[in-house]
Amino acid sequence: MSDHEYTPKSKAGKWFNDRLPLLTLANHLTDYPTPKNLNYWWTFGGILTFCLITQIVTGLVLAMHYIAHADMAFESVEHIMRDVNYGWLIRYIHANGASMFFLAVYIHIFRSLFYGSYKSPREIIWIIGIIIYLLMMAAAFMGYVLPWGQMSFWGATVITNLFSAIPFVGEGVVTWLWGGYSVDNPTLTRFFTLHYLIPFLILGLVVLHIWALHVPGNNNPVGIDVKKPSKDTVPFHPYIVIKDGFALLMFMIVFAFFVFYAPNILGHADNYIEANPLVTPAHIVPEWYLLPFYAILRSVPDKLLGVVAMLSAILILAVLPWLDTSKIRSAVFRPLYKQFYWILVADVLILGYVGAMPAEGLYLLIARVATAYYFLHFLVILPVLGLKERTIPLPLSITEPVLGGSPNMAMAKKNESKIE
Amino acid sequence: MKNILKLFSVIILFSASSVNVISAEKVEFLKTDWTFKGLFGKFDRASLQRGYQVYTEVCAACHSMKYLSYRNLSEKGGPEFSVAQAKAIAASFEVTDGPNADGEMFQRPGKLSDKFVMPYENVKAAEAANGGAYPPDMSVLVKARGGGVDYIYSLLQGYEEAPSGMILDDGVHYNKYMYGNKIKMSAPLSDGIIEYSDGTNASVEQMSKDVTTFLMWAAEPSLEARHQMGFKAIVYLIILTILVYFSMKRIWSRVKSEV
Repeated sequence: MSDHEYTPKSKAGKWFNDRLPLLTLANHLTDYPTPKNLNYWWTFGGILTFCLITQIVTGLVLAMHYIAHADMAFESVEHIMRDVNYGWLIRYIHANGASMFFLAVYIHIFRSLFYGSYKSPREIIWIIGIIIYLLMMAAAFMGYVLPWGQMSFWGATVITNLFSAIPFVGEGVVTWLWGGYSVDNPTLTRFFTLHYLIPFLILGLVVLHIWALHVPGNNNPVGIDVKKPSKDTVPFHPYIVIKDGFALLMFMIVFAFFVFYAPNILGHADNYIEANPLVTPAHIVPEWYLLPFYAILRSVPDKLLGVVAMLSAILILAVLPWLDTSKIRSAVFRPLYKQFYWILVADVLILGYVGAMPAEGLYLLIARVATAYYFLHFLVILPVLGLKERTIPLPLSITEPVLGGSPNMAMAKKNESKIE
Repeated sequence: MKNILKLFSVIILFSASSVNVISAEKVEFLKTDWTFKGLFGKFDRASLQRGYQVYTEVCAACHSMKYLSYRNLSEKGGPEFSVAQAKAIAASFEVTDGPNADGEMFQRPGKLSDKFVMPYENVKAAEAANGGAYPPDMSVLVKARGGGVDYIYSLLQGYEEAPSGMILDDGVHYNKYMYGNKIKMSAPLSDGIIEYSDGTNASVEQMSKDVTTFLMWAAEPSLEARHQMGFKAIVYLIILTILVYFSMKRIWSRVKSEV
């Protein structure tokens, strides 16, 4: 992990460090050489850590007042909103925090896609990240069920029913998940338990994610390897700390705007109606951050295949490092990939939009085309593009484009990029 | 700095588009000036008090408000009745309490700590008394409807003659703003149905506005505190961000790199 030996100055420090090298770890984190050309898209790792901690802390307080019972959950949420000191603040931070978390994670993922951060030697970081993302979706989904509003109940019904698509054992699996023959109190209590557990699993995986990151070090906008430490790097503290801090503050302003001035805009009005198994809402829609996958699910006419398509859409990301055949990491030097990248971004946004719309007519057609394109991007375009694309020559070091303001092509050496 | 602007525009674009998606089902609602909107939005105290009067004299005959207590009426940021007034309001309701030492339930005048007395014992009783339709609890009604306050405000004024060709069952009324245009509630307000204690003219429009304001407060009792804290929090964050920006520039001036 560490590139150099570290010895604490004080005798006590040395004594402690020999037994538990926490000071070595602290020193490593402080000195950790970071490419100095990281742009603001790289600040979302820190922002995500903030989001996770915020969710855990606010969630802890909410759990002290929340009652996980089908007859009392809705009322206990209103109790939090009305009678608990600053309960409204804590709940709105938690509810909007989930949205902010996903906003940040999508930026983080798409940053990785643009700059090829998932490529060798960072595949394990990427795969851990995908697992974190999956757990986030599970946690968010179960969290949305807890207030026991109409959308909670019917969202839970729709999503858990997906498991009934499993051949032969599907129905049994669903009954097992529910703890009964419909979504009811046993479902709520287990969802609450799991919702409490998952953030700590995520926290553990985040440690691994960062650990794995600190082995090769950060990728950077130019996407070439940097020598560490060198004139291309800066120590993490204070350079990256202050920069991440600045970006985090900007992010918090947006966050605060939602919490204080539009706390319910990202939620669905129906979730302020207490769950009623006898009344189905006109449209059952998940939270915005799950909409693209919801659109993929609904675009396939067959239930089982729809579930398979939805899961594949996420799991395909895990094998992305091997689907993308290009050795060049950064899209800056891949003119064609750059265009396909933005088409993919648009494609996912379109999927999100049609996911919020009723699955019929033109919306359904658009969803099908967009779903097909999503898989086409990963399964055909990326593998072929890596072999065919004429890439722009890479600079020798990141100092060149940094000092020159833009990559200086004349000075750049043609290296292993494929020029045919 | 260019990057930051780019980043911000993406975030704002995202927020704007998510707002559009959510308000996709568009019906043009009636508009009025709500004093509680905007950065410094506050409730109109007099309107809240009048709104309570409309609620208690008209709506409360069928609609419960089970998450509110009488003490809320005198709390800061609400109608702000005096404690004595709130006590008198509470005492005007009969509350079932008990069991007493003899194991009997008994009736007593309401106290500040009591929840609003419900018009019906339970949902079934409410349905039975209203032709099978449950008059929804009004505690969070404003937040439970897509158009929020504008929707409620419009709905109260949206009763019209059904267009020719539309067949309405017995006990069903036509309302321009109701989902599907059919509503079981008959027009609850008519000019002068109540007499405002502050002398305001009780037109349907005025009553709709007052009661909707009251419902907004009922659903969001900490709205004023939220707005005030939000402004302070955001100003604080902006100042801190500016300070951190300059310290960042200072620190990064030691290396030849853009930040």
